[in-house]
Amino acid sequence: MTPLATMLMNALPMLALFQTDMEPVAPRFFFYMLSGIALVSAIMVITRKNPVHSAISLIFTLLSLAGLYLMLYAPFVAGVQIILYAGGIMVLFLFVIMLVNLERNLKEEQFNRQWVVGILATLSLAALVAYVYVKGKSVFPDRVAQLPESLNVQQIAIGLYQNYMLPFEIASLLLLVAIVGAVVMAKKRI
Amino acid sequence: MPIPTVYYLVVAAALFIIGTIGVVTRRNVVIILMSIELILNAVNLNLVAFSQLYGLHGQVFSIFVMTDAAAEAAVGLGILIAFFRNKETVNVDEIDLLKW
Repeated sequence: MTPLATMLMNALPMLALFQTDMEPVAPRFFFYMLSGIALVSAIMVITRKNPVHSAISLIFTLLSLAGLYLMLYAPFVAGVQIILYAGGIMVLFLFVIMLVNLERNLKEEQFNRQWVVGILATLSLAALVAYVYVKGKSVFPDRVAQLPESLNVQQIAIGLYQNYMLPFEIASLLLLVAIVGAVVMAKKRI
Repeated sequence: MPIPTVYYLVVAAALFIIGTIGVVTRRNVVIILMSIELILNAVNLNLVAFSQLYGLHGQVFSIFVMTDAAAEAAVGLGILIAFFRNKETVNVDEIDLLKW
């Protein structure tokens, strides 16, 4: 055994001790930063005139949500979020925007006539949700039990292939139907 | 000191409200579909936040929600392309072919 390897072997237990003692770096700051980016770019999504700008803001929202999933000890969902949403669905959106984008669309009115009623109705929904959260704040426990992060992928795989076998197969059938449907819809003549 | 779960729920609720406002007020179909993605993401954040308390079922379910989002985006954008070919518009209030 080389001296370097023995040194590493001796250092390993100390390293492990160091890691278990280490707190995550300023979790509160990262939480506020990520949720701030998510909310601000979500507002940008619904207020920009140009759909390409909306799509780019939506990518920022999706990426910061992936960061929030990492803070919640869900690395697999965070990876799937980046690969599937930011990599797959957003490319589809951008392609369709390039297909249907019109110059005269930018000069038109972007909000429909009943937007005041719509915003009022939605804000009443927001008031309801806020009331429920303020009243029932004590229901949710403050300290959360942290699952072992290293087992996350195995646990999800066991869940998908044992407990949720039938929904998994139904999801694959749904994707097949969606593929056929998208091709049939977008094709010029069948 | 971990972040309380209710903080995540508040962020998810705010995202849901923003997405709903987008669906209700915008005219462009592409942006309405993006707002639906925002709503689905808010639901996913709720599911993952609750999976910290009640086991991993929430994360498994959030993967199903992502599958549905992909299928919905594909079919919705296909419908949009088919419609745009016929009528040269992407505004929802001009999509009224069923109202004869």
